[in-house]
Amino acid sequence: MKVIIRNPVRREIQITGQRRVDKLLEELNFNPEQVLVIRDNELLTRDIIVNEDDTIEILRAISGGIDEVQKV
Amino acid sequence: MKCKKCKSTAAIELKRHNAAFCRSHYLDFFDHQVERAIRRQAMFSIQDKILVGVSGGKDSLSLWDYLLRKGYTTTGLHIHLGIGDYSSNSYAATTEFAEQRKAKLITVNLEESYGMTIPLLSNTIRRVPCSGCGLSKRYILNKEAYDRKFSVVAMGHNMDDEAATLLGNVLRWQVSSLARQSPALPSNGNNLISRVKPLYTMTEREVAANAILRGINYVEEDCPNSVGASSILYKEALDSIELRSPGTKHNFISSFLENVRPLMEVSQEDFELRECDNCGQSTTSRTCSFCRMWDQAREKANITIK
Repeated sequence: MKVIIRNPVRREIQITGQRRVDKLLEELNFNPEQVLVIRDNELLTRDIIVNEDDTIEILRAISGGIDEVQKV
Repeated sequence: MKCKKCKSTAAIELKRHNAAFCRSHYLDFFDHQVERAIRRQAMFSIQDKILVGVSGGKDSLSLWDYLLRKGYTTTGLHIHLGIGDYSSNSYAATTEFAEQRKAKLITVNLEESYGMTIPLLSNTIRRVPCSGCGLSKRYILNKEAYDRKFSVVAMGHNMDDEAATLLGNVLRWQVSSLARQSPALPSNGNNLISRVKPLYTMTEREVAANAILRGINYVEEDCPNSVGASSILYKEALDSIELRSPGTKHNFISSFLENVRPLMEVSQEDFELRECDNCGQSTTSRTCSFCRMWDQAREKANITIK
């Protein structure tokens, strides 16, 4: 399957075989608390099986750079 | 996995709520949670005139989208930071959003109004970009709100932002910062406008899901200056705990707000605000942090503004 990691830097990975979404995230070292998994514009939960001919997108939700100083 | 409400295929699982929802019921859930946060913290009412800080990211656009859908009187304020393609893309996403919804938008361009972009500012005064940027955004939002007679400033900070800030403040025991960390800071009755964060009970992933499911076209790229920011380190650490113990981030924030912050407020009783000699905005010293920082930068770079 084609896995597109959308951000912070867009890249594509080819993976063979089918597997559950949670296993895919584990293999790619993503914390499921920080990402959304998308197939055909639909969000997938961790129990969904993705297939060899699927295109999967992984969207990292975490962003940074918030101000840490709270001065007036 | 099935939707908790209708048993159709779920779009998202929320472990901290021990629930999963389909698209439609998730969007209802999101709105309900935001509405509850606004009500619980008495952030504003339908009569208020709200200035929304809008960066073009998922959080601020989700917030503005929510407020517009619910009929609140809002104007967006976008601050053009001058951070290369990131700022150009953020501006484009913000203006597209506003035009599609016929929403009012004000843009402040830092270089035009204050003489410098954020990269030049941070290079000139050798200050961490996020710190100078955050201070500038907060100041400009308040100043524009005051000058244009808005009653509330709303910002898109989510639960992860708040938890990361709280962790950073606790690790350094920044008591004065802890005392002022709140999803709803009231006005001082003068030139400090009420500042609220209606998304503070929603995680970053939950807000991103809202944006995706509603088809909000937001900027996905991170600010290049945020690479290596300690806030990301804190978020990574908190999410590692959250993975094994769902609900940790929520408990961290809510327990702080309920049990600790009231004690900190007492310690701030003698905390006095006065007007900045230079700009008239509220500060604790003769000249506010914003004026000090920008004056120093312009002097070093030999830049004058009208």
